Amino acid sequence: MTPQDARRTVADALIEIVPDADVDAFPASAPLREELELDSLDFLTFVELLSSRARVRIDEMDYPRLATLDSSVAFLVEQTA
Amino acid sequence: MADFTMPSLGADMDEGTLLEWLVHPGDVVRKGDVLAVVDTSKSAVEVESFHTGVVGPLLVEPGTTVPVGTVLATITEAGAAPPEAPVPEPVAAAPKPKRARSRGTSGPRRLRPLPAAATEQVRSPSSGATRRGWAWTSATCGTGPGRTITRDDVRRDSHPRPRVSPYARRLAAELGVDLEAVRPADGEVVRAEDVRAHAGGPTAAPAPTAPPTAPAAAPPATTPQDAMRAAIAATMTRSKREVPHYYLTNTVDLSTALAWMHDRNRDLPVQERLVPAALVLHAVARAAAATPALNGFFVDGAFRPGDGVHVGVAISLRGGGLVAPAILDADALTVEETMARLKDLVLRTRAGRLRSRELSDPTITVTNLGDQGVESVYGVIHAPQVALVGVGKVVERPWAADGMVGARPVTTMTLSADHRVTDGFTGARFLALVDDHLQHPEEP
Repeated sequence: MTPQDARRTVADALIEIVPDADVDAFPASAPLREELELDSLDFLTFVELLSSRARVRIDEMDYPRLATLDSSVAFLVEQTA
Repeated sequence: MADFTMPSLGADMDEGTLLEWLVHPGDVVRKGDVLAVVDTSKSAVEVESFHTGVVGPLLVEPGTTVPVGTVLATITEAGAAPPEAPVPEPVAAAPKPKRARSRGTSGPRRLRPLPAAATEQVRSPSSGATRRGWAWTSATCGTGPGRTITRDDVRRDSHPRPRVSPYARRLAAELGVDLEAVRPADGEVVRAEDVRAHAGGPTAAPAPTAPPTAPAAAPPATTPQDAMRAAIAATMTRSKREVPHYYLTNTVDLSTALAWMHDRNRDLPVQERLVPAALVLHAVARAAAATPALNGFFVDGAFRPGDGVHVGVAISLRGGGLVAPAILDADALTVEETMARLKDLVLRTRAGRLRSRELSDPTITVTNLGDQGVESVYGVIHAPQVALVGVGKVVERPWAADGMVGARPVTTMTLSADHRVTDGFTGARFLALVDDHLQHPEEP
C-alpha cells in the first residue's frame, strides 16, 4: 500500500465514523481519539474498517500505533509492505 | 381486536409524529413486528406491534402529529372475524395536544382512514424500496359509502399525493415548508433538496411559533437539537424536583476483567472484539437482576418492579444531545452477546432507527463517560426509573492487595438511587455485586 493509498484509507474510515469531520484539514499528528471525540466503540469501528480494507491483522497491542493520522498511515504502509 | 396506538417513549413525550407506515391494511403481523416509524423529539423510532393478527385500516396519515394513546390502526386477532366496517377513532375523542411543537406539522390535519385498495396494490413486504420509500399508487379508489368514488377521491387522484422521503418530511416540518407546495416532476419522490430549495423561495411558509407553556419549559424548540435539549431539560428537571437521590461510589479493580478481555480479544475477529463497557454492562445487568428494588419504576407513589432487566445505555449523539435506549433482557446475555447488542444499539441510535420498546422499557440506566476522560459520574436518575450507574474512565492507580502495593487499572462506579424506594444498604449491596461480577468475568 502506498502512503497515498494508506492516507486515503485512513481518511475514508474517519469520515465514515465522523461524517462532518474535515479530514483534509485535520492536523496529521494530532491525537485522533481526542480531536474527533471517538469513544471506544468508534475507535473499534476505525480498527475494523482499516483491518478489512487494508487486509491487515490489527491486534489490541497495535492500537497505540493508530493514535494519529500520520502514525496510522505509517502502520498501514508497514503492515502491507 | 386490539388497538395499535401512539406509544409513550419516555416520561416527557406527550405527542409523536407518524413518519411512515411499514405495513398495509390486510397484512398479517406478529407480535414484535415493526408496523410504523414515529418521530419523537429525540429520534425516529420503529414502533412494534404488541399483538398478532391482521392489520385493519390505517387511521393516521404519515406526517400527522397526534397525542400519545391515539389509535393509529387496529389489529384483528388471527381467527377472529374482521370488523364489520372500519370505524376510525373520532379525533375529538383523543386528548387535545397541549401545544403544537414548532417543528411539527404546519397545522391540524383531518384524520381519516387511508384508502385500503390503493395501498394494497403496492404491497410488497420483501421490497426494501417499498418498505422505506412509502410507495403510493394513483389508482382511483372509492372511500365513500360502499367504496363509491367521491369527489375527494377524484381530486386526490388528479393531483396524486407526492411521495416524500422520510428525511424530506422531517426537514419540511423543521423549515415550515408545506409539502403540498413542493411539486416534483411527475412520479418523482420529494427529496430533501427539493424541500431546501423550496424553503429558500418566496412561497416558504413561516415557521409557526409555539408559546411557552410552563414556566419551567425551555424556549420554543426550532431545531431537532433544540427539541432534544428541551426533552432532556424536562426529564432532568422533573427528576431533580421529584426524586430524592442518594449516591454511593465504589472503586473497582479491573485488572482481572481486563486481562480476561485482552485474552479473549486475541482470539476474536476484530468485529467481535470486546470493550470494557460491555463487561461493565454485563455485570450491572447481573447485579440488577439480583437487586429487584433497583430495577424498575416509581409510579403513582409506589415502586413497580421491571418486567425483566432492560439496561438503558446513555448514548451521546454527534449532533449533541443524549438518548438512553435499552439493551433488552440484558441479564440473559453473555459478555460477547452484550457487546454485539451494544454495538448494534449505538449504530441504530445514531442512524435514528430505534425500536419503541428500547426507548419505553429501560428499567435501569448506565452512563459511561470514561471515554470523555472523567473519573466519576454522579448521574441524574431517568425517572420514573429508580437507579442510574455512572462509570468513569479506566485509570492506573496504586492499589494495595494482600499487603502489597501495585499499579492496577481501576474505575469508579457511582450509583444514583431513588431514596423513596431503597436505602443505602440496598445500593451498597448492588455495587458490591457489580464489583464481584467484574472479578469473575469468565462466569457467563
